[in-house]
Amino acid sequence: MTPHILTRSLDRAATAFVLLVAAVGVLIPLSNLLLPQGSMFQVPTYLVALWGKYVCYAILALSIDLIWGYCGILSLGHGAFFALGGYAMGMYLMRQIGSRGVYGNPILPDFMVFLNWDKLPWYWYGFDKFAFAALMVLLVPGLLAFCFGWLAFRSRVTGVYLSIITQAMTYALLLAFFRNDFGFGGNNGLTDFKDILGFNVQAEGTRAALFLLSCLALIVAFLICRAIVTSKLGKVLIAVRDAESRTRFLGYRVESYKLFVFTLSACMAGVAGALYVPQVGIINPSEFAPGNSIEAVIWVAVGGRGTLVGAALGAVVVNYAKTFFTSGPLAPYWLFMLGALFILVTLLLPKGIVGTFNSWWETSKAKNGSPDAESAAREDGVGAPNPAE
Amino acid sequence: MWSMVQNAWYGLSLGSVLLLAAIGLAITFGVMGVINMAHGEMVMLGAYTTFVVQEVIRTNYPALFDYSLLIAVPLAFLVAGFIGVLIERTIIRFLYGRPLETLLATWGLSLVLQQAVRTAFGPTNREVGNPSWMSGAFELGQITITYNRLWILCFTLAVFAILLAMLRYTALGLEMRAVTQNRRMAASMGIATSRVDALTFGLGSGIAGIAGVALSQIDNVSPNLGQSYIIDSFMVVVFGGVGNLWGTLVGAFTLGIANKFLEPVAGAVLGKIAILVLIILFIQKRPRGLFALKGRAVEA
Repeated sequence: MTPHILTRSLDRAATAFVLLVAAVGVLIPLSNLLLPQGSMFQVPTYLVALWGKYVCYAILALSIDLIWGYCGILSLGHGAFFALGGYAMGMYLMRQIGSRGVYGNPILPDFMVFLNWDKLPWYWYGFDKFAFAALMVLLVPGLLAFCFGWLAFRSRVTGVYLSIITQAMTYALLLAFFRNDFGFGGNNGLTDFKDILGFNVQAEGTRAALFLLSCLALIVAFLICRAIVTSKLGKVLIAVRDAESRTRFLGYRVESYKLFVFTLSACMAGVAGALYVPQVGIINPSEFAPGNSIEAVIWVAVGGRGTLVGAALGAVVVNYAKTFFTSGPLAPYWLFMLGALFILVTLLLPKGIVGTFNSWWETSKAKNGSPDAESAAREDGVGAPNPAE
Repeated sequence: MWSMVQNAWYGLSLGSVLLLAAIGLAITFGVMGVINMAHGEMVMLGAYTTFVVQEVIRTNYPALFDYSLLIAVPLAFLVAGFIGVLIERTIIRFLYGRPLETLLATWGLSLVLQQAVRTAFGPTNREVGNPSWMSGAFELGQITITYNRLWILCFTLAVFAILLAMLRYTALGLEMRAVTQNRRMAASMGIATSRVDALTFGLGSGIAGIAGVALSQIDNVSPNLGQSYIIDSFMVVVFGGVGNLWGTLVGAFTLGIANKFLEPVAGAVLGKIAILVLIILFIQKRPRGLFALKGRAVEA
């Protein structure tokens, strides 16, 4: 069964993508650790952390592409699941600080001592164990998505209305996490991490390992998404995207399909957040800002909605551009560029980079009379998504 | 007893602010179906227009300061309305029937507008003064009513009434309703639908600009002004029911009063969170809002 799924879900482009990520995941840490400092091919540690961040964003973009590109659910609150996963990991890292905090309290994190709390709130129990925290990384976003989706999809809240209430959800969480008495560090969030699983988070070796793990998670997430979209389930999802009522009339339980894929996608976003936090070293409520979630959607749109590879690519390209422009003299103009990107991509490049490339490739192949071009396109079954709502 | 009245007054006041911010959106989103994420920036442009008007008056004709808002209202309508028409012609017109794409493009636009204002006026808050007839307060029983809040409530109701009358009694209003009800039929009757689209969008944006003039009196005038209203505005329109101005009115005042009655019990932030959660749950029960359109218009 398993090899069959693998062979079916891995076409040439997908294999190339997996190999590329694997190569990057191995080569960058190796070059960082083994080559001498100052060598031309040595990747400095700050770059490892930076690219680790991009890889986490790529996982988030994949999770959005799975629901938006293949099921037509535009969530403007996916940053919330990302941040919840991040907070779960951050809570573990906070508990690991132990008595090395500023106030030296062996159990309470610094901000709780500062607020004169005398004992740990119940929802912080268990986060000193990594396994528990790792479970929560999946469970908390998954459960929230399940409840939210169960309510929303069952009462057939679709399209724009769904987008707006997901935005309200992340906004409500933003307000909640800003509060000090909510117990998650309020405005400052969780930071000053020391150890992860006994290794120093700042150490080069740990950073390299985290980078490798992020790449691995990206590959796994990609394979899961590919397996889903190439399966029969994936075909139903695409049918829901293109003609929801018709799919329902054909006898499929549309809300169950949507709920499954929405929950899965939230779990993926949670994992991305959990890998993001130790590499960035902080998690604070601003991750819940509605703007962040909308920005993540634009990564997918830039790379190509409904292509998976495009989503990951879009996340890396847009964020690389962001780092490049915000660190240079062009910094004040970055928002102009980002805004223009939103407008131009939706107007001129509705299929995104990869989608446009794909259709160009197929037409040029068809012109040359290659017989396998069309059949390949048909087998793929996931052309450009129909923008019709 | 008086604390109830006090809460009710605060609620009405907040409701009027919400209504003012949402009323333009009720036109662009509710009537045209365009998800205009740059709506908040139209409000911001209105507020900055007020700032510029006051600056000019302060330096050149200080005696006219009390009339600055009266001058700013039509100017803000023209500035925001003109930019609205421009946006419709250059961007939104290509995206009709693709609401989710419109959402992304207008979000990008809002980033550009914010950054443009930040570049032109600086990132800090700008000082907008209250004219003498808007400052001060008076006592009614045991509650204090400030003049600026009272004026904003009156102003909001006036704008609402004018808008309603305009849609009902003018030729443009008739054409707008015709186009939203049945575009092809309207076109067959000789209505230039694309011109009506542009004007409708301009009207919605212009009203957002007017809202900015009023909001500049009670809020900080900064490039982020619009951002703080956009989510609330969408909540009001969705809660009230898309395509229904009365729904927006009822929605705004319901949310405003509910918010102010929750605040003393739960605190400001928790009250707001509770309202958001309640709206999310409410949408499940009535996915099309309080006053949903019935009949054929639903399918459009």
